[in-house]
Amino acid sequence: MSVVRPAESLMALSKQEELEDFPNDYPLSTSEDEEDSGGDRKHQKLLEAISSLDGKNRQKLAERSEASLKVSEFTVSSEGSGERLVLSDLLEPVKTSSSLATVKKQLNRIKSKKTVELPLNKEEVERVHREVAFNKTSQALSKWDPIVLKNRQAEQLVFPIEKEQSAFAPIEHVLNGWNARTPLEQEIFNLLSKNKQPVTDPLLTPMEKASLKAMSLEEAKMRRAELQRARALQSYYEARARREKRIKSKKYHRVLKKERAKKVLKEFEELQKVDPTAALEELEKLEKARMMERMSLKHQNSGKWAKSKAIMAKYDLEARQAMQDQLARNKELTQKLQVASESEEEGGVEEEGDLLVPDAVNEAHMTADGLNPWMVRNHPGDAKEAEIQKDREQLPEPMASEASESEGEERPVAEEEILLKEFEERRLVRKTSGLNQDTKAVDRQETKDTSSQEVLSELRALSQKLNKDKHQPRKQKVSLERTVLPVQREEPAQEEEVPLLLQRPERAETLEELEELGKEGCLQNKELPRSALERQQLERNPVNQPGAPKEKKRKEQMIDLQNILTTESPSVKSLAVPTTIEELENEQERDQKQMIREAFAGDDVIRDFLKEKREVVEESKPKDVDLTLPGWGEWGGMGLKPSAKKRQRFLIKAPEGPPRKDKNLPNVIINEKRNIQAAAHQVRVLPYPFTHHQQFERTIQTPIGSTWNTQRAFQKLTTPKVVTKLGHIIKPIKAEDVGYRSSSRSDLSVIQRNPKRLSLRHKKQLKKNSKD
Amino acid sequence: MKVKMLSRNPDHYVRETKLDLQRVPRNYDPTLHPFEVPREYVRALNATKLERVFAKPFLASLDGHRDGVNCLAKHPKSLATVLSGACDGEVRIWNLTKRNCVRAIQAHEGFVRGICTRFCGSSFFTVGDDKTVKQWKMDGPGFGEEEEPLHTILGKTVYTGIDHHWKEAVFATCGQQVDIWDEQRTSPICSMTWGFDSICSVKFNPIETFLLGSCASDRNIVLYDMRQATPLKKVILDMRTNTLCWNPMEAFIFTAANEDYNLYTFDMRALDTPVMVHMDHVSAVLDVDYSPTGKEFVSASFDKSIRIFPVDKSRSREVYHTKRMQHVICVRWTSDSRYIMCGSDEMNIRLWKANASEKLGVLTSREKAAKDYNQKLKEKFQHHPHIKRISRHRHLPKSIYSQIQEQRIMKEARRRKEVNRLKHSKPGSVPIVSEKKKHIVAVVK
Repeated sequence: MSVVRPAESLMALSKQEELEDFPNDYPLSTSEDEEDSGGDRKHQKLLEAISSLDGKNRQKLAERSEASLKVSEFTVSSEGSGERLVLSDLLEPVKTSSSLATVKKQLNRIKSKKTVELPLNKEEVERVHREVAFNKTSQALSKWDPIVLKNRQAEQLVFPIEKEQSAFAPIEHVLNGWNARTPLEQEIFNLLSKNKQPVTDPLLTPMEKASLKAMSLEEAKMRRAELQRARALQSYYEARARREKRIKSKKYHRVLKKERAKKVLKEFEELQKVDPTAALEELEKLEKARMMERMSLKHQNSGKWAKSKAIMAKYDLEARQAMQDQLARNKELTQKLQVASESEEEGGVEEEGDLLVPDAVNEAHMTADGLNPWMVRNHPGDAKEAEIQKDREQLPEPMASEASESEGEERPVAEEEILLKEFEERRLVRKTSGLNQDTKAVDRQETKDTSSQEVLSELRALSQKLNKDKHQPRKQKVSLERTVLPVQREEPAQEEEVPLLLQRPERAETLEELEELGKEGCLQNKELPRSALERQQLERNPVNQPGAPKEKKRKEQMIDLQNILTTESPSVKSLAVPTTIEELENEQERDQKQMIREAFAGDDVIRDFLKEKREVVEESKPKDVDLTLPGWGEWGGMGLKPSAKKRQRFLIKAPEGPPRKDKNLPNVIINEKRNIQAAAHQVRVLPYPFTHHQQFERTIQTPIGSTWNTQRAFQKLTTPKVVTKLGHIIKPIKAEDVGYRSSSRSDLSVIQRNPKRLSLRHKKQLKKNSKD
Repeated sequence: MKVKMLSRNPDHYVRETKLDLQRVPRNYDPTLHPFEVPREYVRALNATKLERVFAKPFLASLDGHRDGVNCLAKHPKSLATVLSGACDGEVRIWNLTKRNCVRAIQAHEGFVRGICTRFCGSSFFTVGDDKTVKQWKMDGPGFGEEEEPLHTILGKTVYTGIDHHWKEAVFATCGQQVDIWDEQRTSPICSMTWGFDSICSVKFNPIETFLLGSCASDRNIVLYDMRQATPLKKVILDMRTNTLCWNPMEAFIFTAANEDYNLYTFDMRALDTPVMVHMDHVSAVLDVDYSPTGKEFVSASFDKSIRIFPVDKSRSREVYHTKRMQHVICVRWTSDSRYIMCGSDEMNIRLWKANASEKLGVLTSREKAAKDYNQKLKEKFQHHPHIKRISRHRHLPKSIYSQIQEQRIMKEARRRKEVNRLKHSKPGSVPIVSEKKKHIVAVVK
């Protein structure tokens, strides 16, 4: 048995792969099989042992086949033995004999090596090759996609494609055989030669050349060092600035800001004393900065900080304070300064009443801007607080009084006071400067617009505040409770309401009409302005108003004639709409929704149809012909119309046409324009590229002939799609023609550089040839 | 204040010579020129009628061959020169302007299967039934010289087609396999096979010159890459493809002329669906050639007619036939895109105009403008029934006409059956196959 085994094992080794592959096919059943077959084997052994007892069956024992039940020439399978062959099994007998050490070594080496995968069969390989080559080729081809697309969509293609290369000659060559002939040319050349400008070789003038030469090495080095130093310094400063900027401490920044502000203020004051005009300029600058800031809308509630503060404001007093400051600042910034015209200059100061009007407008405008709709919903009642606050901030005396009023929440924080003081100071400065300016202006006669405007605006602001104070008691009736955030939404709402109320009579008129129409027949609904927008438009166009009822009347008649659609349910609803609007305010939203629903409800289709039909009928009616010639027999010209008499005389009344076929058919429109004779010449089906009949009609209706178009347009309209040159060979498109780089290597060279596979193929070919 | 005055300067209206055109002041006010649409319609109608009146496409017949013309080749440099090979092994070179034969060579024993010119026009190659590839000089032999080929390559098998590379000294032959030859060698530098069947035609791509297309008798079209020396892809159609032609302006488009009366335009990157199926012939399509502009192609058919198809239309725009023209075997579109040549069974080469009603010769600018205008008018009103009817009208020989009728009936019957089957079977069980997909059997990678 042991003799047989090594031989087997060697064979098995050569087919190791199959051996290893095999168990993979039955990964689950192997262990079971092994056990099973193990049991079988034992059983077999037992039987053998029993049979050998009598000593007869020696022959049978010898014929026992150990390797496998299935003998195949390709594989050795371990099926028969039911055991896996492992290399160590094979090595067992080797251990004993030292003479087989080399074999052992070799086997060990084999054991460590991994088996190489089976190569794919030839067809597979070729298929893979083909697929790779195809992908490569199609990728290479897809570079033509844009060109092909362009050519297909091109309005015009001109062949042959390749253009004759225009030969470029360098300017020197051109200039060599050329002399200045005209006086102008001579002059130019004189100038050029005088200034030693290069004529032929436009590279460097002698001056430039000299300057190039002039700089010595030391100089250059010094220069470089200088530059280096400057750069280093710059980078240092930049780094510092960056570092400072990155400091997160709020306090630091606050202090810094304050410091800066103070510094500026101080400087300004000094400047004022020393040089008022310069101070004025400074002030102007400040004003400009203010304007910029105002434009930037930085101090509104939309910022990240502001939003966070708004959230915090409910719980945190400090946040509240900050919020208020912010608002105040915003108000201050967004307040529009009134620009006074020159005529107002003299008396503007005293006339408070006059100034009041624009201020009020301003106020309204400003408030209309709206601060925070978020707050509006929460505290709709506290609209007036904003104004109060603003007053307090802007005017010192009322502020004081009101501060006493409003005690509680507003802790007089030092910072705020400082801020306020700053404001005051600024105002004072402005005033004084303005006054100074005024006095000077009297002297000089020459007044600067800006400064005077400033004065005026200051004064106006003052008067406004005073005025507002007068108003305040009235306004404060709403609520006196202080809220954190002043909200100004109410103001615009009121403003909107006012015109509504004013226009009510007109609207009532329409409503009445609507009701009337509703009684008479629901058809008029098509004339009802459904949406609120439409209604508003109607209301706001009082000019159109008188015309509307007439139209409606006419339409009523028409509709009465036809009397259709008498029992359409949505119309009833539409009647209800205006009344609901007039009712409660909080139902407005719901009503609006309803209105929208109604606007898009089914009855619209019918309305549209009726409208369409009416239009068709109108259109089909024969028109009157007006043959009046203006200026014939009387004076003519701009603004002169032919007299009514003339017009009447030359107006040919169109005869009443035959009654329409659909006159008594309310639900149909019968087209009476169709001419059977012409129909034979007309297109029946919309042709392919067009998606809508109007498109097609438009293309037909635009004439292309030179009778209707200018020569240029005619040429453009009639450009042929493909232009070829007589007697010229058109070559296939080339990569160079379209700006691509064609492959530099020729196809032939590529083939020849591909020797391996080619030689293979060649061999095959030769073999085939020899076979033939 | 600006004062406007009337001023007349004779320079503006007096002609310098009597040949000058009068300047005609025009007023383009639309009210002065009413009825634009009807007037243009009438013009379009007249233009269409005139087009049909002047549609005389046949120019000349070149006779001289003593057997059917089997292949044609264009000269790459000269518009006037055409080469033709006949079924008796004779090759003739023709001068189109003089309409005569310049030279006749007995090139092969048996058929001349293929003929192609070198890209420079200095020589041409022929293959014949005698298993040889021969290279000939384009110019005739000098006085006293024998008419002999420059080179002769003896092959083992019959070559059925030949095509020359567009830029280099390489040509390809087909037969049992596709061979790529260097002109300098007597054995192919590369030969490519895929399956075992005779290949009837091979064509180089004119733009990406390393690409080849071939059609084999076992109904397939095979694409090859010369550089990588490997086939790329194969598409199997319903019936055999006789030949194919690459679009000279679109690198990846080619059209195959099929035995099933149709032509198929493929995008070589997506072979599973043809871009367009062109049908109108009533018999096998034997040859196809693209216009050099790449916008149209011409096909020759066994039904004794040639047809011109726009690339993007499935129906032909023109059909040419004469009483005497028999089965058309080969067709070529000349390099200036104005003329079409076809060689047919009855030994003649015919020259046609590509645009049937085109006026030959140099046009004056006004003629040109009128032509363009008429063309645009025809295009504009092409959908109107009268104009459409007139412009579509073609006379056909009775045989073709009756064939068309017959095939229409057959097609209708087939369609009806399909519809019925669809109707009476479980929804989804009978797939609806589009016309384009119907003819493709398989795409082999």
